Order: sequence, then structure tokens, then C-alpha cells
Amino acid sequence: MTNERYDAVVIGAGMSGLAAGIRLAQFDKRVVVLDRHSLWGGLNSFYKRGGRRFDTGLHALTNWVPATEKSTPLPKLLRQLRIPREELQLAEQSHSIVKVGAVSLEFGNGIGRLEASVAHAFPREIDGFRRLVSAIQAHDPFSDVVDASSARVRLGEWLRDPLLIECLIVPVAFYGSAREDEVEWDLFVVLFRSMFLEGLARPMGGIKTLLDALKKRFLDCGGILRMRSGVSRIVRDAHGAACGVQLDDGELLACERVLSSAGRVETQRLCDVPPQPAEVGQLSFCETTSVLSQPTRSLGHTATMVFFSTSEHFAYRRPAGLIDTTSGVVCASDNYAHHEFGEAGIVRVTCLANHAVWSGLDDEAYAAAKTQVAQEMLAAAGRVALDPRPWTSAFDMFTPKTIHRYTGHVNGAVYGSPVKARDGSIGVDKLHLIGTDQGTLGIIGSLLSGVTAANRHILMANQR
Amino acid sequence: MTSEEIILAIKDIIQTIAPDEDLSELKTDVRLRDQIELDSMDFLDIVMELRKRYGVQVPEEDYKELATLDGCVAYLTPHMQGKTLKVGV
Repeated sequence: MTNERYDAVVIGAGMSGLAAGIRLAQFDKRVVVLDRHSLWGGLNSFYKRGGRRFDTGLHALTNWVPATEKSTPLPKLLRQLRIPREELQLAEQSHSIVKVGAVSLEFGNGIGRLEASVAHAFPREIDGFRRLVSAIQAHDPFSDVVDASSARVRLGEWLRDPLLIECLIVPVAFYGSAREDEVEWDLFVVLFRSMFLEGLARPMGGIKTLLDALKKRFLDCGGILRMRSGVSRIVRDAHGAACGVQLDDGELLACERVLSSAGRVETQRLCDVPPQPAEVGQLSFCETTSVLSQPTRSLGHTATMVFFSTSEHFAYRRPAGLIDTTSGVVCASDNYAHHEFGEAGIVRVTCLANHAVWSGLDDEAYAAAKTQVAQEMLAAAGRVALDPRPWTSAFDMFTPKTIHRYTGHVNGAVYGSPVKARDGSIGVDKLHLIGTDQGTLGIIGSLLSGVTAANRHILMANQR
Repeated sequence: MTSEEIILAIKDIIQTIAPDEDLSELKTDVRLRDQIELDSMDFLDIVMELRKRYGVQVPEEDYKELATLDGCVAYLTPHMQGKTLKVGV
């Protein structure tokens, strides 16, 4: 091992890793954040193609609240990271839509628009819906209590119409459920709050604005960021506790603690702990990005996000074939409040896909499948929102294979393992999971995960 | 450090953590969290800043002693003897 001994090595320069790194560096801990790739951001990153920047991951930042609100997750998080809110230049969504079967609901930031929409589409359910909202408002968003019961079943306590229940499940599942055909109740509560009680926004300039703010803050605090530094192994001492990492090129880094955002199964592998089959995530996606020659709203499509399921029985599971276009998300990344800074229209379509099928194709078949599936996805988008093809000036697409290549997630499972580790433990001392597989969701959830782990396992531990 | 300096030190730390809070009217005998938006995560930051700036260790079981500015003065006076006030860091 080299002479340098870190207080913490953080695996992964995504949201959770950078947030943990900032907290530690802020209080003079020796911390290095490592990432195998040349770009930071992890699941929420960006890349350039044809001179144009494409975002991955970010459709919307959840938890938007007015700047005067101080007690909700977004302002608390920014305070912990000491990043001024103005740096993110958040623009609110216009409004979003949920379409299930023949029914359609609208929501904006704050619960008002959704409530009015439910009252209109489901007049007999509105009293139950209001009671549901009150129950969720009373829930502490920072609570550690885990309630993994079925959200569909629990929603039946307030709502009778299964179609309305499905309307609430579809956006929440797509926003972050790692479990097939199921959304756990506490996850539902957190996401309902984040998306419907609070709201959606986008940093001006997309994900890069947020990533730049995080990276700058981390480096300003004295943190060390090493890109192209993949971890091949977590080193353990004679008692089995984590005490360092080995990089792909063989270099060893010694440390007091390891925080890993690599994922549950992926981190187990780094420790030579065999994963259980039930711990392996199955849910992956294909996503298309179409850059349009004119703003999306000028084409008559004004919604920011459209979450859809053409069936009233939403199937949130790995499809048997390449893709399932009966459900998905259509996002117009330019339908946010400040479009006037000259961005082109951007339409992204996301649908469930099967990693095993995609990765079983040879190069030629893979390329052909991409072309074919893209057409199916864009046609599906046209049926529920807008078909961007007639106005497309640039196009790109990723598949489960791409996700696997860039995130290391087994099966290209975007939302990781269905088995979350709330306490961050996978049974190895001095090693803590952060990010997706610690059980938090979305960008704000991932950032909070990093902050909480740094506070709990390192900063507070040092105070004792 | 005098009592006044300890109050200045704490207020400066709070201002670092919560730059948008107005601290000019803070009462010394009322709980800080009843006057401004401060939660347990923020208290951790106050403690971490005390350690970073003044080398003062506050164990978790003593966090409650820092609930008011008067409490901070009483608890920190012996720990801050001979230390120099650092503000705006």
C-alpha cells in the first residue's frame, strides 16, 4: 500500500459519491472519490455526440419547492452541501401527465393541479384522495422506518377505483422502483411527496449545471477526484473489515472506511461475497433522445413529462423481448420555465427493456435491433404525447447494454437491486453502500444518501 | 474567549451553515431551533465547525448543551479559553 491513508475512499463519482465526498472534505477528512469513467455523474451524466451535449438520467429534479421553503429535502440538502440554490438555476416544469388506459391526469408543482384533475376524472374518489394526501403530508420524509408493504394494497385504504391506483403507481414505478410489479409503500410515500406535493424542475443547462456545482464544491473543499480509476477489489483486513481498495491498474489505496455507490451486488463482488439471485436487479430500459429543429411546445406539446401505460393493468417488469412499448415515459426536456436560452426541443422516450436479450445479440443484430426498437418507441410516444420524428435534427439512443457498460450495474439495472440496504450494510465492517442500493431515489435521494452516510458513519462516529 | 466572542463565534458558524438566515435578532435564552430553521443535521455542522475552527470536541451526548446561545457560552467557555475568534472563514 502507498503511504497515503485516506479517511475514506468513495467508489463512484455519481450523485451520492460526490455528496459524501463534499461532506467529508468540508470537515478536513482525507477523501478520494474514484470512478472508472472519464466523466463524473454516474447514472446522471452527459456526453457529447455530433458536437451536441446529451443528458443521461436526468428527466427532472424532484423535490422542487419555492425558495422561501426551508424545511424540505431540497433546501436541507443544499445547506448540507453549502451549495447556494441559485447555482442550480432551477426552472419549474410546465405540467406533466399520467395516462393509463383511456384516463388522463395532470399534475404541476404543488398538489393543487393533481387534486383538481382527480376530482374531474374520478369524482367519487376525491375525498379518499384528499385523505391520502393528508396521510402522506403527515409522514416524516427523513424517517428511517421501513414499510415495504405493497403500495397498491395500501392505496386501497383510501381509494376504491383500481384505475386511479394504477395512475399513481405508474409515475412512481418509473421514477425509481427496483422491484418488478411492485412499489413498496415507503418508496411510494417518498416519491409521492417528491413529485406531487413538492414538484419537478430542471437546472438551466441540464445535468451538467448540477454536476459542475458538485464537482467544484468538492474540489474547493480539498477533496481528490480521480477519474479513469476503476476499483477492481475491496481490500479487507485480518478481521474481514474493509481497509482499502485496489484499482484496475493494481494500485492500492489504504483507508479507514469505504463508501461504495457501485451497487449492492457489484460491491459484494468487489469483496468476493457471492450475491443471492434475488438480490440481482432485473429492470432495465431503452431510452431515445431526439433533438428537434424547433421547441417542443411550438409543436403543440406543452407537457414536461408524460408517464403512460396503454393497459389498465400496468406491467412493470422485464419484458420477454427487446422492449415493451405499452408503457413508458416521454419527456420534453425543453418544457421547463426558462426555455428562452436558446436550447433546441428535446424529446426523450424511455421504455422497459430486457438486458439478456440485448446482450445476446451480435454486433450486426444489435445495430438492427436498435433501429427497429427506436421506431417502435417513437411511434409509441406519438400515440400518447408527440412523435418527434418529423422534426428530428439529431438522434441518439441507449440500451440496457449501454447502461451496463457505463454504470457497471449488473443486467443494466438502472435502479439497482430489489433488495435495498437502508443502513448501508452488506455485512462487511467499515464498508457502507451509498446511492441507489441504499434505497433512496432520484437525484435528490442519491445526494441525501451520500450526505447521510458521511454524517452517520464518519463524521458522527468521530465525535463519539 | 469572552462570552460575547463565543456568541460571535457561534453566530458566524450558523451564518456559514445557513447563509440566508437573519441572525441579528437572535435571543440568547431561547432555543436556536425555535428562532431559526435548524435541524439535527445542522447541529452536527455546528459541532464539526467548532472542531475545525477551534479544535473543540463536543461529544454527541452534549449536543443538547448547545440548544441556546446562553447554553453555548456556558458549555464552551472552559473549552475556548485562550482561543482566538475566527469569523468569516
